[in-house]
Amino acid sequence: MRLTETPVLTVRGLTVRYGDGCPACGTSLEKNRCTACGTVWALRNVSLELFPGEVLGIVGESGSGKSTLMKSLYFDLTPTEGTARLRDYRDGGASIWEASGAERRMIKNLLMGMVYQNPVLGLRMDFSAASNIAEKLIAAENRNAAKMTGRVTELLDAVEILTSRMGEAPKNFSGGMQQRVQISKALANNPALLLLDEVTTGLDLSVQAKVLDLIRKIKARYGVSILLVSHDLAVIRMLADRTIVMLDGQIVEIGLTDQILEDPQHPYTQQLVHSLI
Amino acid sequence: MALLKIDKLSKNFYLHAQDRQISSCQDISFDLKQGEFIGIVGLSGAGKSTILKCIHRTYLPLTGEIVYDSRAFGPVNLAAATEREILYLRKYEIGYVSQFLNVMPRTTAKEHVMSALLEMNEDPARAETAAEEMLAYFRLPAALWDIYPNTFSGGERLRLNLAHTMVKHPRLMLLDEPTASLDNKTKLLVKDMLIRLKNTETSMIGIFHDLEFMEGVCDRVYNISEGAFVC
Repeated sequence: MRLTETPVLTVRGLTVRYGDGCPACGTSLEKNRCTACGTVWALRNVSLELFPGEVLGIVGESGSGKSTLMKSLYFDLTPTEGTARLRDYRDGGASIWEASGAERRMIKNLLMGMVYQNPVLGLRMDFSAASNIAEKLIAAENRNAAKMTGRVTELLDAVEILTSRMGEAPKNFSGGMQQRVQISKALANNPALLLLDEVTTGLDLSVQAKVLDLIRKIKARYGVSILLVSHDLAVIRMLADRTIVMLDGQIVEIGLTDQILEDPQHPYTQQLVHSLI
Repeated sequence: MALLKIDKLSKNFYLHAQDRQISSCQDISFDLKQGEFIGIVGLSGAGKSTILKCIHRTYLPLTGEIVYDSRAFGPVNLAAATEREILYLRKYEIGYVSQFLNVMPRTTAKEHVMSALLEMNEDPARAETAAEEMLAYFRLPAALWDIYPNTFSGGERLRLNLAHTMVKHPRLMLLDEPTASLDNKTKLLVKDMLIRLKNTETSMIGIFHDLEFMEGVCDRVYNISEGAFVC
């Protein structure tokens, strides 16, 4: 037997550039900025694969391109070059960045879910928690009110939010609760891919533990594949099967999470791991 | 064919910040047969854990081959296998036990053991039954099963670690100083359990400080000094 899994997500040559670039860009970069023309290379030639049921961690310092990668995948910005193929979009035969506006909405509503570090980006703060989730369900052609209420209840229950509070607006919730509403919204239509961008950052330890526990349960229960950006190596150690290390818009190391943390190869990864408190 | 054949395994660590190379083990070769238990002894820093971590692929070997005769793929060189293959083998065939406990927050002892089976897509009810049987087998008091293990003693943590790994019935078990910091009574309990495991045809490589402990458990013992086997 050989492992013949089809990746849920395959990214090839993803490049995000701010500026026109110049012939000197290849040799005159200071970190990720060209000293000759000022072009910033937020991502350079990033390629990765995410397999079914896998958690792929992404670590790196601020400005290394982690969030740019996530935003590219969720259509929040348009990449300069590259392809991203989803197994469930045209059977992996086309890049999602070639998709039409309607297809992009379908991909965001049905095939992937996103949880932002800042809940303001992922939730309508003045709508109720239930409405936030129902919006996703309606986008997936659900029209039956009773069924939708049942699903909203199930999702809020899964993230441990009292259903008695489902009518309240997330602006009245704590940061941890807002993150959990975001997670339930992202899961509404059982996507195969979940993008989690620094979801535990800024939460106190007990709430962080609750969110981590929730992510673990979601992985076990729904078999969803997760791209997990975090600068917290403890979070990565606990959740990620494999980990990517990014620096100045490039992937500098990829490996099994325990190998990355215990036998780092790249100078930056060694520096990162040796900075652990 | 041996279950595991290690041929001229060497591992160095290169520290970029200091521009220094640290040699950890050199030219290690040995075979492990099905159902066999090999013990490795040596001083701290001799390179014992490095061998186990190279087999587990927590460390990337520098040179050499680690050929494991897997049930799923047949012979696989663990030093060069893909990460997905390694993850698969860790999930289904190769277990690793250390003296340290790594448990998700808000996870009880029983849930921790169950999680090993759930990731293999085992039915939750059957996973719970198997977890309870394994915790009882390793004599962890039932009163502790529904408790978060961060309050456990060293011996209790070790038994939980063993239960977490053994509930999957791995073909190859790597024991990285599991008895360090245990009192004699607990060590005897662990010794008894390892003998029982050996009788289940689980093959094991274990690192121990205590020569007396290894008597009656290990079929062969290798002594390692400064990264190489000595006779």
